[in-house]
Amino acid sequence: MNVWQFLADFFVNVGAWMGELLSGWGLSPFWVSLIVKVVGGLALAIGPLTAVLFLIWYARKVIGRIQDRMGPTNDGTAAGPFALLQAVADAIKMLTKEFVFPKERDRVVFLIAPVLAVAVAVAVWAVIPFGPQGMQFVDLNIGVFYVVALASLAFFAMLMAGWSSHNKYANLGAFRAVSMIVSYEIPQMLALLVPVMLAGSMGMQGLVRAQEVPFIVMVPVPALIYFLAMTAEVGRLPFEQAEADAEIVAGYFVEYSGMLFGAFYLAEFINNLSASFVFTVLFLGGWRGPWVEQAPVLGLVWISLKAFLVFTLLTFFWGAMPRLRIDHILGFSWKFLTPLALVMLVVVALVDKAVQAAGLTSPWGRAGWLFLANAAVALVTVALLYRAERRQQAAREARRFAIVR
Amino acid sequence: MITVQQVVFALFAVLTLGGAIGVVAARKLFHAALWMVLAFFGVAGLYLLLEAPFFAALQLFIYIGGIAVLTVMAIMVTRGIMKPKEPVFTYAIGAAGTALAFLVMLGLFIFKTPVWDVAAPTGEVDPNGLRALGQALVSPSAYLLPFEVASVLLLAVLVGALFIAREKE
Amino acid sequence: MVPLSWYLLLAAALFAIGLYAVMARRNLIGMLMGLELMLNAINLNLIAFWRYLSPATVRFRVLAIIVLVVAAGEAAVGLALIVAVFRLRETENVDELNLLRW
Repeated sequence: MNVWQFLADFFVNVGAWMGELLSGWGLSPFWVSLIVKVVGGLALAIGPLTAVLFLIWYARKVIGRIQDRMGPTNDGTAAGPFALLQAVADAIKMLTKEFVFPKERDRVVFLIAPVLAVAVAVAVWAVIPFGPQGMQFVDLNIGVFYVVALASLAFFAMLMAGWSSHNKYANLGAFRAVSMIVSYEIPQMLALLVPVMLAGSMGMQGLVRAQEVPFIVMVPVPALIYFLAMTAEVGRLPFEQAEADAEIVAGYFVEYSGMLFGAFYLAEFINNLSASFVFTVLFLGGWRGPWVEQAPVLGLVWISLKAFLVFTLLTFFWGAMPRLRIDHILGFSWKFLTPLALVMLVVVALVDKAVQAAGLTSPWGRAGWLFLANAAVALVTVALLYRAERRQQAAREARRFAIVR
Repeated sequence: MITVQQVVFALFAVLTLGGAIGVVAARKLFHAALWMVLAFFGVAGLYLLLEAPFFAALQLFIYIGGIAVLTVMAIMVTRGIMKPKEPVFTYAIGAAGTALAFLVMLGLFIFKTPVWDVAAPTGEVDPNGLRALGQALVSPSAYLLPFEVASVLLLAVLVGALFIAREKE
Repeated sequence: MVPLSWYLLLAAALFAIGLYAVMARRNLIGMLMGLELMLNAINLNLIAFWRYLSPATVRFRVLAIIVLVVAAGEAAVGLALIVAVFRLRETENVDELNLLRW
């Protein structure tokens, strides 16, 4: 095996090499596989933590530019070229700060909440496939479902933080966060079922393999629904009511200081990043890209690039969107996204079955029909919304004239 | 000889029972709810050990993400932010006696039934088992009727809960 | 190897603890939590039976799914009722909810 072959499937080969080395030391196969798994898991967990250091800088820069500012700079600081080390400096600052605890806090729960938040955020990474084979910590056959189930543990971090702070803003923030996530979980699950149905698999690897045509081309409307619900799930603007600095100070983590606050901040960024990765796997074809068959390590590059694009989109939302009122946000989910997602589920199921029955087995033929069905549903939706808006406008005008008279 | 499986079983059993004892022993209701989450978590781990990862995820999703969150919300709604004094257990001795008697009875029953002292059948669980389950739930010759009745029940729950919890004008 | 009876014993213990919570807790929400523990014990039994006695069939798992549905519904309606009662009476202690008792 020459160097290029080794590099082409770098991660798998390193794992195999480590396994051989440990077996050479006379360890039993059980311990060898355990140690290799643990080391792989640690390496995987370091991935998001380091990526976030860069992404914090990136997000601040992008938002700065959107708002006609510079973002972090290195003028008069030692933050390195383009202030690339700003996030590192922030981390050091947070680590050296004092912890301020509210007097009436609930000691244990207060401390567990940030740990749980970060742990849940990192745990999503166990099922993300970074390459064709071997470059995934575990390929659960219910991978997608695992991701959604983890999100429910994330609620708990928020609820615990909100309750244990003994602060009305924190409580309010926790309530808002949970009611929002519970509402948006429904369209998210329904939109998620569409790719699962098309791929015939809930495993992340199976989903990627089924996407000879990326699902965003096949089913753009569910992709949009999923994207919006995902934005709500990670609490980015316009779905940021749980933190809403202007209304309830900082929501559920208002009482946290120092690195405990840092943990929530970190968890938020990791959540953004892992949501981008999950979206990439579900709708953008995951690690698929040119030359992946020859060099599986390229899968990591492709999926990271795609996820980075999704993250950038989320950041643009952050910089450009206003904050809506909480009841509007909840109403949007229940009255618009959920019915639309239900309709999409039924339509996609019927059209896909019809396409299969008609014998159109080529991936692009199937994609074309599904796309047309999506476009039709989108047009009908827009038409219905237009009519509803006209009716409401008429009603408003009628009311206005009534008052005048 | 203690196998790995037995160790893992013991670990999750301790998590489950510890959480359950926490539920009955905690004085603050919020803490009881958190202990309940721990117990649910332990049960999810046991499902994994039983090679039913789908049910483990369901357990996380429905019990922790749904029921436990609802419970915590209800706790936060129905009292001051964190009122510490939590009620008393009444009839604790009688209740403990009844529960213990029940446990002893069940335990004896379990030990007296030799059919249940079996090891799991060897070999992999059918990887298409989930598919079979899904098809059984929607095929009229199998379990379509219970499935539909369950969905009607859920609809009734949705309407009923909204009706009860609504603020009356 | 873990024999089936271990799971059954564990589930029985979980059920008994839940039973104790339902009987001894004076708080409606606490009682509901005990009920959830009992339902969990039942589901654990069902999944263990499936794995040990008939891994090829679906009936135990169908029953487990129905139990899940009922548990979710029970929690939703039960908590809605508790919140409504609390609004009315400012308490959720079952000993103080004695309107129907002489």
